[in-house]
Amino acid sequence: MAGSTELPTKGGFSFDLCRRNAMLEKNGLKMPGFRKTGTTIVGLVFADGVVLGADTRATEGPIVADKNCEKIHFMAPNIYCCGAGTAADTEAVTDMVSSQLQLHRYATSRESRVVTALTLLKTHLFNYQGHVSAALVLGGVDVTGPHLHTVYPHGSTDTLPFATMGSGSLAAMSVFESKYREGLTREEGIALVAEAIRAGIFNDLGSGSNVDVCVITKGNTEYLRNHELPNPRTFVSSKGYSFNKGHTEVLSTKITQLKLKPEVADGDAMEE
Amino acid sequence: MDAASLMGPSSADAPTDGEHRMGTTIVGVCYDGGVVLAADSRTSTGMYVANRASDKISQLTDNVYVCRSGSAADTQIISDYVRYFLHQHTIQLGQPATVKVASNLVRLLAYQNKSMLQAGMIVGGWDKYEGGQIYSVPLGGTILRQPFAIGGSGSSYLYGLMDHEWKEGMTQEEAEKFVVKVVSLAIARDGASGGVVRTVTINEAGVKRSFHPGDKLPLWHEEMEPQNSLLDILAAGSSDAMVQ
Repeated sequence: MAGSTELPTKGGFSFDLCRRNAMLEKNGLKMPGFRKTGTTIVGLVFADGVVLGADTRATEGPIVADKNCEKIHFMAPNIYCCGAGTAADTEAVTDMVSSQLQLHRYATSRESRVVTALTLLKTHLFNYQGHVSAALVLGGVDVTGPHLHTVYPHGSTDTLPFATMGSGSLAAMSVFESKYREGLTREEGIALVAEAIRAGIFNDLGSGSNVDVCVITKGNTEYLRNHELPNPRTFVSSKGYSFNKGHTEVLSTKITQLKLKPEVADGDAMEE
Repeated sequence: MDAASLMGPSSADAPTDGEHRMGTTIVGVCYDGGVVLAADSRTSTGMYVANRASDKISQLTDNVYVCRSGSAADTQIISDYVRYFLHQHTIQLGQPATVKVASNLVRLLAYQNKSMLQAGMIVGGWDKYEGGQIYSVPLGGTILRQPFAIGGSGSSYLYGLMDHEWKEGMTQEEAEKFVVKVVSLAIARDGASGGVVRTVTINEAGVKRSFHPGDKLPLWHEEMEPQNSLLDILAAGSSDAMVQ
């Protein structure tokens, strides 16, 4: 009877704020973005293992937020995963799956398989319908041999001998497409991965700084943090940046008591 | 809508943005004694070819395969679920699942979740009851048993050709040759299809997979012989590389 159209329905979700946000955005409000890592990440399969590579730049819009971040995440001792997309999402999703793999190892007493990690990642990402923006290059060596996969935010996966992801993927793929071949040696593999990452660092604005590499072979994993430093600091003060105590003269000191002790006269303060 | 467009102003439209989809050509054909499935190998995100050698023909059981078109994520999850259900079904039944059961499971998932899915699939296989069968499960989640089926963006170029050239009772060799021709024709006209042609032949004897590289496919109207990069020709010292 009263206000039949304006009465809120009982139960369920309220989409009032969605409508408000849509209205504000239509009127020109810019919604704040997330920290997306404009990134170059790559991986390839060589004679007896896989090599993963990543740049180390993290961006917030046009600002370089971190010049030496880590984008190659630990999944299991024999499996690592490069992440591109929203930094928080790649970090969270790899940590989550890594702990599920650890529990699975405790339960089975067997080395984790790369397909297990792949399935856990893709089911999670599919459930979130692309809203968890994690684009991944997953690599590892298990009982069935070396494996390399790419995982897209919507939950689709590919199995490839060489793969690139992130905003620098086009630059990196051009290197792989012209120089990759089957049966590369370990050294050739590392060199090609580093070259692909460098292509991203120098030709993609979203990527930069250093080259991280991770080499996984049967029973052995080597994380080569800052394998190459193609962008060293060009100016370092000869005097250094540490100052001795007392370098700046103290002119005066004044201490102000911020919180005075309240004093209750008598009677109960809580009584009314 | 894809996730990238929710990111606000910082994300300019990159060629790699957008959902992973398979602008595709897929074909399934019955022949005398079995079926042949065929597909191209291009997977794209927006304007970028994310995978030029993908495998769009997935195994469901020993004797049933499926061709996938549409969203890569959606069709992978459907075929993963159907594979899982059929595995259980095979154990409980103690004998191989029929093609009909397999394709009905695909239909069930595609129909019940139609508002959330973008998936067009062609199921093909062989069983002892009805021999070689092709079922097409297009976008809305209906199911159609057909002597031949086509799907994906490249299929629009093939309807007339299939009506004209498909014959009842082809031999295995004829059918295999036919699907490679058909997919290569679609690749030639459809920008979203490309790469290699993969085929799967299923009959009483079992399954045979084969692969036809992109530079060995037949050449159609106005197509040129594959050649090395112009830069290689120039480096080799041939002066008339630019003359064509």
